[in-house]
Amino acid sequence: MIILKLPEEISERAKSVGIEFDPNKRAASFLQIDQESNVYSWINGVEVMSIKEAIKKYEWVKDYMWKIVKSEKDKYTKMAAEDFNGYFIRALPNSKVDVPVEACLYLKRVKTQKVYNLVIAEEGSEINIISGCTSHPSSVGMHIGVSEFFVKKGAKLTFTMIHNWEPNVEVRPRSGVVVDEGGVFVSNYVLLSPVKYVESYPVAYLNKKARASFTSIIVAHEGSTIDLGNHVILKEESSADIVSRAISRGGNVISRGRITGEGKRCKGHLECRGLMLSDEGSILAIPELEAKHPDVDLSHEAAVGKIAEEEIFYLMTRGLTRDEATSAIIRGFLDVEIKGLPEFLKKEIDKAIEMVGEDLM
Amino acid sequence: MESLRVINLGVEAGGKRILENVNLYIKNGQTFVLFGPNGSGKSSLLSAIIGHPNYKIVKGRITFRSEDITNLSPNERVKKGIGIAFQNPPKVSGVKLIDILRYCAKTAGLKGEDIESKIEEYAKMMEMEDMLERNLNDGFSGGEVKRSELLQLMLLNPDFVMLDEPDSGVDLENISIVGNAIKKLLERDKSEKERRKSGLIITHTGHILDYVDADYGVVLFNGRISCIGDPYEILEHIRKYGYEACIRKCLEDRG
Repeated sequence: MIILKLPEEISERAKSVGIEFDPNKRAASFLQIDQESNVYSWINGVEVMSIKEAIKKYEWVKDYMWKIVKSEKDKYTKMAAEDFNGYFIRALPNSKVDVPVEACLYLKRVKTQKVYNLVIAEEGSEINIISGCTSHPSSVGMHIGVSEFFVKKGAKLTFTMIHNWEPNVEVRPRSGVVVDEGGVFVSNYVLLSPVKYVESYPVAYLNKKARASFTSIIVAHEGSTIDLGNHVILKEESSADIVSRAISRGGNVISRGRITGEGKRCKGHLECRGLMLSDEGSILAIPELEAKHPDVDLSHEAAVGKIAEEEIFYLMTRGLTRDEATSAIIRGFLDVEIKGLPEFLKKEIDKAIEMVGEDLM
Repeated sequence: MESLRVINLGVEAGGKRILENVNLYIKNGQTFVLFGPNGSGKSSLLSAIIGHPNYKIVKGRITFRSEDITNLSPNERVKKGIGIAFQNPPKVSGVKLIDILRYCAKTAGLKGEDIESKIEEYAKMMEMEDMLERNLNDGFSGGEVKRSELLQLMLLNPDFVMLDEPDSGVDLENISIVGNAIKKLLERDKSEKERRKSGLIITHTGHILDYVDADYGVVLFNGRISCIGDPYEILEHIRKYGYEACIRKCLEDRG
């Protein structure tokens, strides 16, 4: 069943970021091209609409907005606060939606796409969201995306964001997350294609016994600068993992991560690995741990380097050519075990890696 | 029928000459054991034969079934039927044991369902079923590394098998699994007439000879072959008198 007739180049680009527009595979689809949005929903238990519509429909929506990410934070949030569209996704209390909700933000003609997204997982709910952001072939412009996530008591939200931009696009997401008691937030970020500039540093507040994991898989091509990280603030008995895998093919990567332990018996681990595939470019890993309570358990590991010749040689003695061995090692490097990731999401990520894996050589 | 020949081989690594005038002539069905003190060049010889880029052949040549392989890449040599089990293979994170076993099976020409069924069969034999999803050599014990290396070789099914200290760091529980695998790889379980496979085994302690029989022993010293003879006699001599005395005797015998 084809739900909407899109020009092929748009649907192809959407596919590359995990967007299917297929009622058999998705619970709902949200598509925003520049500032115009469309919504298709096939399931109960989750509400999907444009944020504009949500503001009209529910008075309380305003109480959530701009609470974690302040509109006056910087010039980009200010720009977004003036005029925006975006999605509103809300999992109703205790609803468990296995099939993912997809949201596609598509930059086509405008100079600046301004997005505000609000995601609420109500108490005891479970929801998977795939957010695919992409731009029209050879587009030039900027994407500003403010997103606020509220994971209520005992809820679980898995948010997988796949980006596929163009070499002249600047991307400045500004995200904030609050996870209430016993809630779980799983965030995956995949960016494998060329882009001019990405700057993103979401902040997550974890309340008592909440858990979160942030995994990012990025490739910086020549001409790309990617400044990416997370800041997690841990309250009592909460825990978080931040895992990043960065490859430079001549681009510049800044991989940040900060875990602040504020409550007793909280636990945080940061793992950052970088692989240099080119003589050009750079990878700067900045792992930071901050304890504000004596009873915290925070740790990090970081490693940056090139592919070891010994590993390539070893695989060659099993019959692989040099190129095949290199590509197997790169694929292995990007293949992060993401805890609690549903199989179909793993497939989406694998697919994205497979699509670029071939030309990573 | 000749299997592997090493002719007047001179090898350099890190700017140093480490092998000098090495000659070996191994026929189909023959198993050679390579003895020698630490640093004598045993592993270097295996590295040169498989084509490790850090080991530069500066003199002589290597042939396999009469074909010159001196300038082939490691994977091309492997495709021709040469296989190696390393003493200390590197950890490859992100590449699982099952992944590399599939590569090995494909290199050996297995197709479709045969790949998985052979992996299953051999993994069971090597008691590695629970290790298949683990990252290659990541956190493997000494015995697990040996079993994993041999499992890979079993799937590659090479005609010429090189084993670098398959018996080092292997406890009693593992040594019989390892021994049986080597026996199978080298067809030592078949009669001499049926045997086609040949091999070169490095052993420091000689333990492996309790499980696998061999035809010739070679002693390497300071990058040169100092003698070739009966492997059991050589081992006995080394055990009784040590390497130096053994080498002295070799040189004397040569007159």
